[in-house]
Amino acid sequence: MNQRIISKGLISLALLLFFQAIAFAQPSDSTQVTVGDTDLLSLLGGEEEQTYTSATFKTTRIINMHSVENAAAGVMDFRISHRFGFINTGAYDLFGLDQALMRFGLEYGITDRLMVGMGRSNVNKAYDSFLKYKIIRQGSGKRNVPLSVSYFASAVCNTVKWADPDRDNYFSSRMQYTHQLLIARKFNNDLSLQLTPTLVHKNLVPTLQDKNDILAMGFGGRYKLTQRFSVNGEYIYVLPNQISSTYYNSLSLGVDIETGGHVFQLHLTNSTSMLEPGFITESVGQWKNGGIHFGFNVSRVFTVKDKRANPED
Amino acid sequence: MKKLILATALVAISFGASAQRYFSKTAHIKFFSHTSAEDIKADNYKSTIIIDQATGAVQVETLIKSFEFEKALMQEHFNENYLESDKYPKANFKGKGDFSKVNFSADGNYSVNVAGQMTMHGATKDVSAIATIKIAGGKIDGSTKFYVNPRDYNVQIPDVVKGQISEKIEVTVKATLQPLK
Repeated sequence: MNQRIISKGLISLALLLFFQAIAFAQPSDSTQVTVGDTDLLSLLGGEEEQTYTSATFKTTRIINMHSVENAAAGVMDFRISHRFGFINTGAYDLFGLDQALMRFGLEYGITDRLMVGMGRSNVNKAYDSFLKYKIIRQGSGKRNVPLSVSYFASAVCNTVKWADPDRDNYFSSRMQYTHQLLIARKFNNDLSLQLTPTLVHKNLVPTLQDKNDILAMGFGGRYKLTQRFSVNGEYIYVLPNQISSTYYNSLSLGVDIETGGHVFQLHLTNSTSMLEPGFITESVGQWKNGGIHFGFNVSRVFTVKDKRANPED
Repeated sequence: MKKLILATALVAISFGASAQRYFSKTAHIKFFSHTSAEDIKADNYKSTIIIDQATGAVQVETLIKSFEFEKALMQEHFNENYLESDKYPKANFKGKGDFSKVNFSADGNYSVNVAGQMTMHGATKDVSAIATIKIAGGKIDGSTKFYVNPRDYNVQIPDVVKGQISEKIEVTVKATLQPLK
């Protein structure tokens, strides 16, 4: 009897030690456990946190075009876009400075992925509203995602008085719509590029040459010269035979200057309108004869709602 | 019977030994910069900390992008312009403290000197602080506070905002530790 108890005891001891040995051996199966200094953390074997690329562009516009950036959740962005007249109007108009074309807008981040905005522009006395949604966010960690993709949609309502009040005029004739996919990649700290397939729809067009649905491809990018200063450019190619030959493709060059809560964008552009249907399909200026506007966008953000998961006091 | 008792005792001892490491994956790191012009603070609730009682080793690691600010734009500038988190995604601390006198299985309060090296924004500096360990009802709370000068870590601060960012930023770490099994 006694012997059996002892042998049972020995067996159970052996088993226990064996299992413990396994239990101890397990962490050392995982990478580089050097108990003591170097990699205690690997004992925790935590999964990597997904991080999203931030600041692909400094603000929600490259110049005229929307960028993949959104207003963050709970943030209100008050934005003024201003274009002076054409530089080639000469000294009499002080090279365009006598004229002021502008849009002011209020834009808001509902979530970190969805933003909405509305504005008023004195070009065509237009009201606009838009939404922008981040479908794919560039990032790394659990998954490597090489680029960001956003969907942008806007509706513009031109409210100038009817050119011919005697004919049948419909409210729907005032409406223009834009759909865009914003495909961007931040290649490194300095360089970001964006490709923007675009569809503009106009309910009413002036001539037979002008199509109601216009396809275009936007190209945009920025290069940071310092942490707070970048050069930006964008070009929008309208596919052939869709718009009247009096319109030219939009080309804009500029700089972003960032100071605390403001971002200033200064630029030169041949587009007069600051709204998509306008600058994509109705740019009358030509760079080669000085048909360009000097302009700026100013953005000021306000935190309206603290959307942090754990707002500390 | 004696052998069984011995076996049980051995198991108990070795379990005790295996619980010599304590960790948290949800440590709270807070920083606070006070100047007459502006107070800036940020919180990070996703930091990892582990201590090894036997060797005295302490390690902390955190993602720079996990710091949350009240102002989203400030958070973006913190990542993009100051800490450059794309280039230097993590900050960490590796050091030692004497935890030999801490009895983690009974209620009590302890102060432990912890000293080591902190790496942030690609620069490594010596850091030391007094950590407090409070054990109450089986809950182990560790905390510490120390000061950091952003200049020591080569963080570029432009002249225009120099008055708004302190040279003595208070860093508080709080964690509820659990034994690593």
